Amino acid sequence: MIEVIKAGMFSTIQDLGRFGYRKYGVPVSGAMDKISAGLANALLDNDSNDAVMEITMSGPKLRFTKETLIAISGANMQPMLNGNSILNNKVTAIAAGDILEFGKLINGLRCYLAVLGGFKTPICLESRSFYKNITIANQIKAGDSLLFQPAYNISSKKGYLKSVQFLFESIDIEVFKGPEYDKFSSKEIKKILDANLTISNHNNRMGYRLNEHIITHNKSMLTSPVLPGTVQITPNGNLVILMQDAQTTGGYPRIFQLTKKSMSIVAQKKTGDNLNFKLVHQL
Amino acid sequence: MLKKFNLKYKPYGENGILIEWPNIISKNILDNISLFVTKLELEKPKFIQEFNYVYSSLLIIYNSKVINFQTIKTELESYYNSIKLSDNKAQTNCWEIPVCYDENFGIDLPEMCQTLNLTADKIIDLHSTGFYKVYGYGFLPGFLYLGGLPKAIHFPRKNIPRLHVFEGAVAIGGSQTGIYPQDSPGGWNIIGKTPIKLFDINNQKQLGIIQIGDLVKFKSVTISEFNFLSEQIEQRKYFLKKYEL
Repeated sequence: MIEVIKAGMFSTIQDLGRFGYRKYGVPVSGAMDKISAGLANALLDNDSNDAVMEITMSGPKLRFTKETLIAISGANMQPMLNGNSILNNKVTAIAAGDILEFGKLINGLRCYLAVLGGFKTPICLESRSFYKNITIANQIKAGDSLLFQPAYNISSKKGYLKSVQFLFESIDIEVFKGPEYDKFSSKEIKKILDANLTISNHNNRMGYRLNEHIITHNKSMLTSPVLPGTVQITPNGNLVILMQDAQTTGGYPRIFQLTKKSMSIVAQKKTGDNLNFKLVHQL
Repeated sequence: MLKKFNLKYKPYGENGILIEWPNIISKNILDNISLFVTKLELEKPKFIQEFNYVYSSLLIIYNSKVINFQTIKTELESYYNSIKLSDNKAQTNCWEIPVCYDENFGIDLPEMCQTLNLTADKIIDLHSTGFYKVYGYGFLPGFLYLGGLPKAIHFPRKNIPRLHVFEGAVAIGGSQTGIYPQDSPGGWNIIGKTPIKLFDINNQKQLGIIQIGDLVKFKSVTISEFNFLSEQIEQRKYFLKKYEL
């Protein structure tokens, strides 16, 4: 078990997501940066759908009551075990009573804490991903006890993966054409693709709104399904990138759709960070 | 003969395909999509992971490890072309949703009365007389897109959305009406409250009991009836009622 001593800014439990319920309007949820979440799980030979802790901006203080192995990937938040620095992307052995805490955010925005066998918080609609009104909690808080798989066989894993630096450095966000792409003129598209864009302070697990208003339009459409990674453009020109907790339907033109890799890159961006959209073609 | 529409198939992300019918709100189009979905649910092709649809478009998420866009498009076209009128769904249900339009809940009724020059009773009457078609789920878990709001009570959304709309709020936004299944921010005008839980995670058997294509009818109830129903629902003694057409 893990006892939460301090919560940090915003931490949740996430697996790959909640599938099969979008038809009832349930967001898919799941880890925002699937590349980093996948790395943390892979280091421990976990299943890719095993639940990890997604830690945003500042980390929690956690006490382990049982021995296990952990791996942390994604943003560097200066993790410390019993006061000593430990590395991201490396398997660390944990003894009963160990305390894990985090320091300052060095790069990126989200890091992922995986435990051997995954977190065993309650499953709701076939997923452990936290989402308000579906799971009991929508973030971890001080005093919580989080279950994880008891480790029967801790073999000393020496796994170490180099960090995936492009996640924190790339500003090129690859996009496919979205369903309404063809409703915009090539001039309008070019303006958006040429623009240097920045992340506004309206950014969370539901979506990232960008600061710039490059074009306005008066294209209307009926409400239609949307996906995480969809870029919507409102009539007054707000560009919004939908993220994992986005609603399942939307009424604004869907101009682009991010590649899965680019969704991980965006998930590591925070208020004020730059990005450019780069159009790629679907095979 | 079953009318077949000229459908557009568009790639949507790495493993999504969006199928578009003509971009209008129409019962015929909705029924046509429902027939297609019923066909797919019956045939259960292995490449489909999940789907959702609303108004005039259907999104299918597929397993891109076993099928590519061109192949799935061809497969789906042939499923669509093989639909027969006899594949029609057996039954369309009409569900009765009790609503208390009391001034304690219907906090935007006074403004609507003034602007529309209608009495509250008239607005309530107009809202609770007709039948509404369910055109899809979205926005929030359990939220229904309903068509059929009488023109006389169309009312623009608020310029500044409320940060907090209560669970069960029955509201009007432009030409649409709907029920907030959870507490949520929202810009629609609140005219009442239903005790019905449209998305109850503790009662998963009821998930999706109201199907796309079904009808909804609002029934005006007093505050004491509302309180009684709330208790019944809390104790799981109340079940959604079918309205006999």
